[in-house]
Amino acid sequence: MKRLLTAAIALLISQVALAGVKIEHWISPSGARVYFVESRALPILDVQVDFAAGSMFDPEGKSGLAALTRSTLDLGAGKFDETAIAEQMADIGASLAGSADTDRASVSLRTLAARDKREPALEILKSVLHAPRFDADIFEREKARTIAALKEAMTRPDSIAGKAFWAAMYPNHPYGRQATPDSVSGLDRDDLSAFHSRYYNAANASITLVGDLSRADAEKIAEAIATGLPKGAAAELPMPPTAPKWGITQLAHPASQAHVYIGLPAIERGNPDFFPLLVGNYTLGGGGFVSRLMKEVRDKRGYAYSVYSYFASLKQTGPFQIGLQTKRSQAKDALKVAREVLTGFLKNGPTDDELAAAKANLTGSFPLRLDSNKKILENVANIGFYGLPLDYLDQYQAKVQAVTVEDVKAAFARRVRPDNLITVTVAAD
Amino acid sequence: MRLKYLLPVLLAAGLTSAALANPYETTLKNGLRVIVKEDRRAPTAVQMVWYRIGSTDEVDGASGVAHVLEHMMFKGTPSVGPGEFNKRVAAAGGRDNAFTSRDYTAYFQQVPKEKLEDVMQLEADRMRHLNVDAKEFAQEIKVVMEERRMRTDDNPQAKLFEQMNAVAFQAHPYRRPIIGWMNDLETMTAADAKAWYETWYVPNNAYVVVTGDVDHKAVFALAEKYYGPLEGRALPARKQQVEPAQEGTRRVTVKAPAELPVLIMGYKAPVLRDIDKDSDPYALEMLASILDGHDAARFNKKLVREDKVALSAGIDYDSTVRGPGMIYLHGTPSEGKTVGDLEAALRAEIARVQKDGISEQELKRAKAQLIAGQVYKLDSMFGQAMEIGQIEAVGLPYQKLDHMLRKLQKVTAAEIQAVARKYFNDDALTIGNLDPQPLDGKPRRPAVATRH
Repeated sequence: MKRLLTAAIALLISQVALAGVKIEHWISPSGARVYFVESRALPILDVQVDFAAGSMFDPEGKSGLAALTRSTLDLGAGKFDETAIAEQMADIGASLAGSADTDRASVSLRTLAARDKREPALEILKSVLHAPRFDADIFEREKARTIAALKEAMTRPDSIAGKAFWAAMYPNHPYGRQATPDSVSGLDRDDLSAFHSRYYNAANASITLVGDLSRADAEKIAEAIATGLPKGAAAELPMPPTAPKWGITQLAHPASQAHVYIGLPAIERGNPDFFPLLVGNYTLGGGGFVSRLMKEVRDKRGYAYSVYSYFASLKQTGPFQIGLQTKRSQAKDALKVAREVLTGFLKNGPTDDELAAAKANLTGSFPLRLDSNKKILENVANIGFYGLPLDYLDQYQAKVQAVTVEDVKAAFARRVRPDNLITVTVAAD
Repeated sequence: MRLKYLLPVLLAAGLTSAALANPYETTLKNGLRVIVKEDRRAPTAVQMVWYRIGSTDEVDGASGVAHVLEHMMFKGTPSVGPGEFNKRVAAAGGRDNAFTSRDYTAYFQQVPKEKLEDVMQLEADRMRHLNVDAKEFAQEIKVVMEERRMRTDDNPQAKLFEQMNAVAFQAHPYRRPIIGWMNDLETMTAADAKAWYETWYVPNNAYVVVTGDVDHKAVFALAEKYYGPLEGRALPARKQQVEPAQEGTRRVTVKAPAELPVLIMGYKAPVLRDIDKDSDPYALEMLASILDGHDAARFNKKLVREDKVALSAGIDYDSTVRGPGMIYLHGTPSEGKTVGDLEAALRAEIARVQKDGISEQELKRAKAQLIAGQVYKLDSMFGQAMEIGQIEAVGLPYQKLDHMLRKLQKVTAAEIQAVARKYFNDDALTIGNLDPQPLDGKPRRPAVATRH
């Protein structure tokens, strides 16, 4: 095995020189950041527009506003009513997608690249971004659907656990606030208009285009998108989250399985600790079937089907999370094993073999991250939205290779302090 | 050549796919078929190994064994230790997993193209040399039970779907859940899994699909090298099982902790058996697209947006399955509406197609989506391998995928109206209803009577 790994790594290092993706970047005359990858193999164009307009910007008491604004955006805009938008997109085989998460609101378009297809599709995209109607009756309907979905989520053990986990990790930060049926029922359509006017502006936007398009056309399209957006300034970030005190929340539920989460706020995007954490976490719980958590919790004891850990780096300090589900009667045992694995890892870090295996997979699998337009779009949009270096993808393999066991231990020691760990269990006996 | 200029040709009616060699195919002496689709866009490759064996081939008391064996396939051979398979794929920079359906069991790896040989060697090894170790089995069966708890027991919709199928099918094995009944998992032994493996995991019951930046001749040579030495063996006869005709509506209710009710209406329906001669399955596919193919398709437009009787409504129809077919209408009623209201509304939408048909504009739209979808699917290497694998799994030739597309393009409005009249028949209907229960066991809202 060891020889096999060394051979694998030797081969991978020779590949590092291979260029990843050629990203062209400029600022449109109206002030939007634009990222473009020309890819001519398929007659497809993907456009994604990201705004710093996620739920972290929900005003206090109005949780759910960012999400509802985004989901209502393409239900009537400019001269198109909601039916016209959906029908005309379908007529040309195009589609709109996107959603809002904690940080960002995204609107994406996939269309055939031929001019007679892409132009009507872009016309609709621009209307949706520039002039959403937020019609009163549609707003009320979507509000009711959102409230129903939230009520349903509040019966699900995994949703209950997830909400409690974020609330406990971020007691004094917007990341910890959740939409509730009450907070959503207090919203009105003017809230949506105001949120759109404030956050869906060029200075707060990054536009990513991938596909069968020339640079000149990309410039025109990006500027046409940017110029019609509301005028305004980039979003201001709240105070960064502070570390919570160690705590455990145990919630009752009739489910047959307990849901267990362990974690804490750990790292923001662009922080250099990201690579040692990424490499280290592969061994801990990120490497799918070969991680320590998988071996101890699933393979050796049969406690869980799914057990994992990951770092979700966000605009501000995003979480480190361990998760598992297990028969409710053995939740305590499974939690104990997961904690022991974490403690052992924090103490000693990965072994040399584990580190080599992590690097072999993370660098070797790099081509798989970029082998479709969809994946290129996702990666480049992340670079754009989070302001990562343009050569982020080119540097990725080298940065992974450079990580040492000491780097991993030091980064984990800084980022995963046992005194700050939050544990949430739902349906545990 | 840029594919752009090829596509109009590919999609043009009347052209036979034989004009293009890609995908390429060969059959080894042991009966293993190898299908290669070259796609040079990125330096990666996908290998999928498909076995023509799924939960539909199980017998009572041993439900779930196809899926349990899928788990055991990662537990080692004489030359590759338990867990080593995943380790080696990971070391090669690959990703791997597997899935079991009613009709087939499939294993796949996505790898940098230089590593294709490694994973072909690994798959060939476990095709005939698996250890089904009793100790490994004892741990893994617990994992599968946890999987069942997660996917089904604590998921009210999944439970409803499981119960629906158990009622809709009485003789055909589609009545059993893929993951197996919990009691069958509890009584299953390593010997059961071993017997399953010995019976069905042979090269003549499998085919390999490779897509990506590969040369088909090189892949054929690798297949010969690694899979070639494996011995084929005669398979047991599989008797066709025919579900007796349903003679009246069936209803099933599932009570589970939830907030929202769910309604599923399942109608027995035909599936594709002969790509050239069949016509109704194509018309049903197009009907499904007209009812639920985009946000302003009929169900969402009328039931969710205009009448607000539903929070969501949809239709599922899969014309490519080995066993009997079903069309499922499903949805969740809005607050203040009942599953009875939703059932009436879904029935009214079907009646509207039966009475007035559909517009040419709607049909044109569905066809435009279909054509665009054929281009978008080329963006995914994995998707292309899946498409070939799935169609072959039900005994239909992948070479006719283009022909299926042409048949779909030729469906007329009159044919769609005709299938709507023919198959939405109450005697072949099974209705499932999720009756939401409060988490604390106390009644949350008054029980609402359903119609009929």
